[in-house]
Amino acid sequence: MAETTSAAPAAKAAQAAGSMASKERGEAVTGYLFIAPAVIVMMVFLVLPMLAAVFFSLTDWDGIKPLSGAAPFEMVGLRNYERLLLSEGIRQEAFFEALRNTVYFVIGVVPAQTILALTLAAIVNQRWLKAKGFFRTAFYFPSITSSVVISIIFMWLFTSNGVVNAIAGAIIPGYAADPVTWLGDESGVIHNLLAVFGITRQTVGAWAATEIASVSLWDWLSGPSVTMSTIMILNTWTTIGTLMVIYLAALQNIPSQVYEAATVDGASSLQIFSRITVPLLRPTTFFVVTLGLIGTFQVFDQVFVISSGGFGTTTIAYLVYKSGYTDSRMGLATASAIILFVIIFMFTMLQRRIVGERAND
Amino acid sequence: MASTSIAVPQSNQGPKLVVRIVSIAALLFLVLIALVQIMPFVFTVANSFKCLPAIQEAPMAIIPLPPIDPACRAENGNMLPGSATASGATFNPSFEGYRAIFGRDFGRWTLNTAFLSVIVTVLRLGFDSLAGYALARLKFPGNRAVFFLILGTMMIPGVVLLIPRFIILKQLGMLNSFTGIIIPLMVDAFGIFLMKQFFESIPGEIEEAAQVDGADRFTIFFRIVLPMATPALTALAIFSFQGMWNNFLDVLLVLQGNASLWTLPLGLALIRGTSGETLDWNIFLAGSVITTLPLALVFFVFQRYFVEGVSYSGLKG
Repeated sequence: MAETTSAAPAAKAAQAAGSMASKERGEAVTGYLFIAPAVIVMMVFLVLPMLAAVFFSLTDWDGIKPLSGAAPFEMVGLRNYERLLLSEGIRQEAFFEALRNTVYFVIGVVPAQTILALTLAAIVNQRWLKAKGFFRTAFYFPSITSSVVISIIFMWLFTSNGVVNAIAGAIIPGYAADPVTWLGDESGVIHNLLAVFGITRQTVGAWAATEIASVSLWDWLSGPSVTMSTIMILNTWTTIGTLMVIYLAALQNIPSQVYEAATVDGASSLQIFSRITVPLLRPTTFFVVTLGLIGTFQVFDQVFVISSGGFGTTTIAYLVYKSGYTDSRMGLATASAIILFVIIFMFTMLQRRIVGERAND
Repeated sequence: MASTSIAVPQSNQGPKLVVRIVSIAALLFLVLIALVQIMPFVFTVANSFKCLPAIQEAPMAIIPLPPIDPACRAENGNMLPGSATASGATFNPSFEGYRAIFGRDFGRWTLNTAFLSVIVTVLRLGFDSLAGYALARLKFPGNRAVFFLILGTMMIPGVVLLIPRFIILKQLGMLNSFTGIIIPLMVDAFGIFLMKQFFESIPGEIEEAAQVDGADRFTIFFRIVLPMATPALTALAIFSFQGMWNNFLDVLLVLQGNASLWTLPLGLALIRGTSGETLDWNIFLAGSVITTLPLALVFFVFQRYFVEGVSYSGLKG
């Protein structure tokens, strides 16, 4: 790398080799000076914390005993991971409940926001649509708002005598007599749906009580809690604007000749959309889904503000915060965080493989 | 979208009609979603100007009517019922919520938020463009390695850094100080990438000409390169400002212990406490409006840059 200075103009090439070498040295020094602040900050506040997370996950540090003091912690090897993942008990139960809540959150939000964003972008991109700018602004505006503010607004909209219940009461007969407690209901939505058909934990048989990783099978299958579903609606609502703008930019990059050729060949609009547009958007979809996965697996702010982890809304990110910051179990907290990192990493790789393979067809 | 069975060759009217119906359905869907996206803000602004009982009893009233700033309480100090200041779709605008929040340190939190957002944005503009320029233009051993280091840090989820970053800041004595926010956030990988991409997209001849004329790299960077980078710097400034203004996780970890350093989102979240549904909604809604207003103004002025910046990040992927 250092021996090529191909950028230098022809006139410079004739210069003496000695002057070239000193110029290169000068450029290298400037390069290090320019990059130094960024590298130092990233080393201290990104790379070092990552290594520290791995290290502390192997200790039993409580976060209170000063690190400079005598024996602030003991090395416990993989015991934190074992307690979270393998040994039955309250730690395992807490971790897998958080994992269940997080996975339901991801499964609910990522497809919903991706499909909605794509649909909206496809409509806004139609040539006949007037006031494109207005719609783009309307959809994008929630994305610029603080997650705390959005959470507070949603809490207020979804209170028992709030706007949402008022509207639902006006539209759905009999709703007002038995409104949904959006912000304080820990029952799973699948559990509630099955109960309508008379299927409950008691009627399905003994298997429902079987525990896998300290959580009963019935609880695994109950779906996200009602309150978690409210946060899922909130999250979808917030993100579709950004994702729509990303899709819209990609749609506008598809040359119009592609559509014209397909129209000449007699393809219908729906065929064009599903056979041409969607496949051409595959790289964008990869980006949007990756963003979605990374964001939803880490959901924290909304849980903190709306429910403080209550009513079946403790996610892994919230568990990390609670066990580290509130309960002073740094070892367990960092171990949970590392597991979350591995999960996100695996999902991104898996998704890359699936989307990548199809793109190569 | 509704199903469309298409292209029946023998009838000319059929497909056209179907297309029209589908278009109308699509438009209705678009309008419905736009309403769902915008109405929460309309309700929030309207209710932030109501007496507390009116918020609870008539949340749907959104048309303001005089008298302005009616009494929310009777002479004996009790709250008047909601019907005293709101009926049907109309309400009498009150400033009670706004008066109350400035009794609760909101002025200070607003200043803190503005201060941190401006400082972090300015520092990022400087350090990100320096680093981006070095990566794009300057040759030094390790250039590629640094590039991949920065690329790698973008893959670390913020939540993983939460606890260890807290520990490091504690060891450095930076907890409960603005330094603990500013220093870790003064460079960011995304900004470095944005600037690197931009510098690679502009031709290098002008810089080379300046170099032949004997200008050193610092002069070239500050006099020639930075002024050309205004579009990229604007996008970066907007993203940084918005990100810091809305930042919650970092300020929660670092500033939680000192209420005089709180920002608007942190203050709103922490005074909410664990009081469940029984909140003084006038305070929270007024606080939400105040927290959102500056960003909304920035958004409407610089809308093009917001949208272009987001589009740009998507096209990269």
